[in-house]
Amino acid sequence: MRYITILKGSQPAGPPPEGLMAAIMDLGAEATAAGALIDNAGLSPSASGARVSVAGGELSVMDGPFAEAKEFISYAVYEVRSKEEAVEWASRFMRLHVDLWPGWEGESDVVKIMGPEDFGPPQ
Amino acid sequence: MTEHARRAVEAVWHIEAGRLVAGLARVTGDVGLAEDLAQEALVVALEQWPVTGVPPNPGGWLMTTAKRRAIDTHRRAATFERKAATLAREVEDEPGVDTDARVDALDDPVGDDLLRLVFTACHPVLSVESRVALTLRCLGGLSTDEIARAFLVPESTMAQRIVRAKKTLSDKEVRFELPTADELSERLASVLEVVYLIFNEGYAATSGEDWVRPALCQEAMRLGRVLTGLVPDEPEAHGLLALMELQASRLPARVGPDGRPVLLPDQDRRRWDRLLVRRGLASLARAESSGRPLGPYAVQAGIAACHARARRAEDTDWARIADLYAVLASIWPSPVVEVNRAVAVGWSTGADAGLEIIDRVAASGRLAGYPHLHAVRGDLLERAGRHTQSAESFERAAALTRSDAERALFSNRAQRARERS
Repeated sequence: MRYITILKGSQPAGPPPEGLMAAIMDLGAEATAAGALIDNAGLSPSASGARVSVAGGELSVMDGPFAEAKEFISYAVYEVRSKEEAVEWASRFMRLHVDLWPGWEGESDVVKIMGPEDFGPPQ
Repeated sequence: MTEHARRAVEAVWHIEAGRLVAGLARVTGDVGLAEDLAQEALVVALEQWPVTGVPPNPGGWLMTTAKRRAIDTHRRAATFERKAATLAREVEDEPGVDTDARVDALDDPVGDDLLRLVFTACHPVLSVESRVALTLRCLGGLSTDEIARAFLVPESTMAQRIVRAKKTLSDKEVRFELPTADELSERLASVLEVVYLIFNEGYAATSGEDWVRPALCQEAMRLGRVLTGLVPDEPEAHGLLALMELQASRLPARVGPDGRPVLLPDQDRRRWDRLLVRRGLASLARAESSGRPLGPYAVQAGIAACHARARRAEDTDWARIADLYAVLASIWPSPVVEVNRAVAVGWSTGADAGLEIIDRVAASGRLAGYPHLHAVRGDLLERAGRHTQSAESFERAAALTRSDAERALFSNRAQRARERS
């Protein structure tokens, strides 16, 4: 089964500590070698994106940036055997932030990507 | 213990099992013993972690625990005593009970231990079915019950198979080491065969079956990914991963809403898994860029890639597929490959050209009982306008197949051909 983890965090005042980036690269290499991490990328601040919304039957397009406190930072797709395995990888990733970037706050949403196992056998 | 806590421990176990067994096998020199010790560490973790929480370095914790269990258990065979003594020395060298100090014990930066484990679990002294069971057990961390359910055998049968496999490794004194350079290609072929067998066992499963069977496809792809990391310079490892990812990309489209299988030309290609297609094509490119002659897995991946690249069935590059089947036939001669080549030539050059190939296979008599030979021949005859002969071939195919769904399909084609004759 497949999970996408989406990292959101506060817009930091400065760049992340160098050690953090190295540790993230190491963890990514480990998750890849374990056969779990199958896709990932960084996400640009909302200033470079837009939002297309529907409300009251109307469609509207708004360019970023948006006022939300938290920005999307990155995503990763894991192929694993259980939700707990995806949560474990996300926890290892977030722990690096606890250890190496004091004061930073954010969250990683672990979202299941629907697959064949979500649909019952045909009747 | 709550179900939630147990699942959390098992998740860590699944991630760490391979490296743990590999590290323990290095220090004990015995894969069977290493696997037993790893299992004991899992039992301890299941008791303790729900209370204490998952330790910061779970892999190191499991390793240390496994070693301690080995030393604490005194009533074992004499060989074990010697191995336990080695472990005792190792642990004495590592002061304190803090797990962080023991990380080095598990440290395997280039993955050599894991690679040794792969080669040992897939050692040619073992029967193929034992290699499969041991690989899933040692590298996948699957329980005996899960493996038994996946292979549709009783748990006791699978347990015996694993015990026997461990005993064979020990009796034959198989050393925990990497193959020599001149053994490498044969030993690697054995590993790839095991991984592809696991994949096919899952691929053959139907959607209504126990989830562990389809999950074998994912486990095989995971093993394939681990393997490409361990032997990045081996094009066939990338070729096999490409083949599995490209074939698995079609899984979502392979069963219709009525539960019946949908054949490749009729599949709704929008349902193909694009992430797997992209990864499969990248793995294939990696295999092809090695500059070495392609092996059978990479060539088959090349064929699968022709299908993956075609947006519609009629866009399929059948000429390239026919060429690739010719390459495959040269490195891996087989009448089944010739049947597939006949299909490709039938589309790229014409039905008569395809018939020439299939008739040669039929004349050899080697696949007389193979329903697909007759089905392919029936299809080519139909397109060549020889309806009566086509009907006869499809009737033959229907009589030979053991699958109800196929029989219905072939009988239907036979009937339609009769109507046109």
